[in-house]
Amino acid sequence: MGRFLLSRVVTALGSMLGVACLVFLLIHLVPGDPVDVMLGESARPADRQALRVSLGLDQPIETQLVNYFSGLAQFDLGQSLHSKRPVSELLAERIPATLELAIAALFVALLIAVPLGILAAVERGKAWDWGAMGFSMLGVSIPNFWLGPMLILCFSLWLGLTPVSGRGGFSNLILPAVTLGTGFAAILARMVRSSLLEVLGEDFVRTARAKGVAELQVIWRHAMRNAWLPVITLLGLQLGALLGGAVVTEVVFDWPGIGSLMIESIQKRDYPVVQGCVLFISLMYVLVNTLTDLVYGLVDPRIRLDGSI
Amino acid sequence: MIRYWFPLGVLALWAVAAITGGWVVDSANQIDLQRILMRPGDLGLMGYDDLGRPILQRIWVGAQVSLLVSFGVVSLSLLIGTAVGLCAGYQGGWLDLILVRIMDVFLAFPGILLAIALAGVMGPGVDNLIIALSAVGWVGFARLTRGQVLSLKQRDHVTAAVALGTPRHLILLRHLLPLLSAPLIVEATFGMAGMVIAEAGLSFLGLGIQPPDASWGSLIRDGASYMLMAPHMVLAPGVAIMLVVLSLNMLGDRLRDRLDHRSHS
Repeated sequence: MGRFLLSRVVTALGSMLGVACLVFLLIHLVPGDPVDVMLGESARPADRQALRVSLGLDQPIETQLVNYFSGLAQFDLGQSLHSKRPVSELLAERIPATLELAIAALFVALLIAVPLGILAAVERGKAWDWGAMGFSMLGVSIPNFWLGPMLILCFSLWLGLTPVSGRGGFSNLILPAVTLGTGFAAILARMVRSSLLEVLGEDFVRTARAKGVAELQVIWRHAMRNAWLPVITLLGLQLGALLGGAVVTEVVFDWPGIGSLMIESIQKRDYPVVQGCVLFISLMYVLVNTLTDLVYGLVDPRIRLDGSI
Repeated sequence: MIRYWFPLGVLALWAVAAITGGWVVDSANQIDLQRILMRPGDLGLMGYDDLGRPILQRIWVGAQVSLLVSFGVVSLSLLIGTAVGLCAGYQGGWLDLILVRIMDVFLAFPGILLAIALAGVMGPGVDNLIIALSAVGWVGFARLTRGQVLSLKQRDHVTAAVALGTPRHLILLRHLLPLLSAPLIVEATFGMAGMVIAEAGLSFLGLGIQPPDASWGSLIRDGASYMLMAPHMVLAPGVAIMLVVLSLNMLGDRLRDRLDHRSHS
């Protein structure tokens, strides 16, 4: 167990280090001189030099890298060029909104996917199965940035049931959560179906049926319990992906999260903030994936024993 | 039967629209103030946008962008990913170790996020769009190829080729690559679907195709401000994206069933 834990944590730390390096390099991908791009061609030389010094771009790249990492170790992500506030402060303001949206979307996805996946598996090859798999196919094919406006059109503009955009009460959360959750529900429903189908073929399910256990009990108590594992892994993997996908959804609904902060900062060419957003979301992603791995290893001894997933 | 003909029909239409897109560029960007936000009807099949430009022609031109970008990205990713995967899987040792570490770092970014950041930093334009999306796309192919090569190189025909003293590049190209093609084609089909959405998504965010040129994503973005008055502006490009992506996904599913016996579920 100790070795399993250690190897997972070391891998995660390695990935995080790599992510931080890539994010550091981002600003050097700006075509031409980043200072020119940020300030515009007409800026005074003195202002340019000031910005160059404040971003540390006047120093050799090794020094910049060292400074960047020593900053990171102290949670110092630099300063916004626009508001002059620390990036970490800007991020902290937006984190709750993004988490709220991601968790709500996860909830919506589970609410749709679990019953649908179970129904499809139980009714394999019949109308329900076709319907569920049709939904799943459609769900992964509809982009967020189209589903969102369509939901706004139907439920906000025509029916007047929900607010168009912004964050506030529960009613504000519904449409963004459904938008973000639908694609996820589609993937998850497939997973629930295939995982349950596999378990339903096992001996203990036949035994339970032979004992005369009610079918509903067989599905929920006997089969589903064993089918959860792969579903949980997918959940973990996708929670991170949700954080990434949230960028578009946040823009559609004007949701004040990290995704919309990132897009605003790209438009303002406020690169330190862009770097901060990418870094934060990616680190969360690595963290969630590693936690999923660890939990999975704890729950299923087969994995930590042979040490490979 | 419809599971074949529907996707193939849609994709053929997409290809034809993309190839002929150049002919309608002029009318697609033609501003006509008399026709602002006009609904679909006798004059224009899909109505007009906020500047009186015909939606049908703009979607037509958008097909070109979406095909060009998704095809370009998948080709580039396939090339880089397969090469990296072959090297890592066949060579093994320290090269494999380094390449796998690099793949892990790229996999540590949630898909679209890195593309958004790259496109945002490098600036808009079709070429930057292709670079940004390829930077994200190659990893999947590399991982797939590496995994396959690791198991394929144990096969007898490869051992025999090695024993006969066949040069390494010939083993890779003649003995391994043909066996890899089926899973790679399946992956590439799903990859195209993902890239159509990604291109439209970046253009929706304003990071892809720039005005006045049309992309399916930027059409949705433009239309979102006029939804109550002119829902057709958002409806039509969205349906176009959905049909193409749905077709690619359906085709990928069919191909997987036919070609790739490894992942039968």
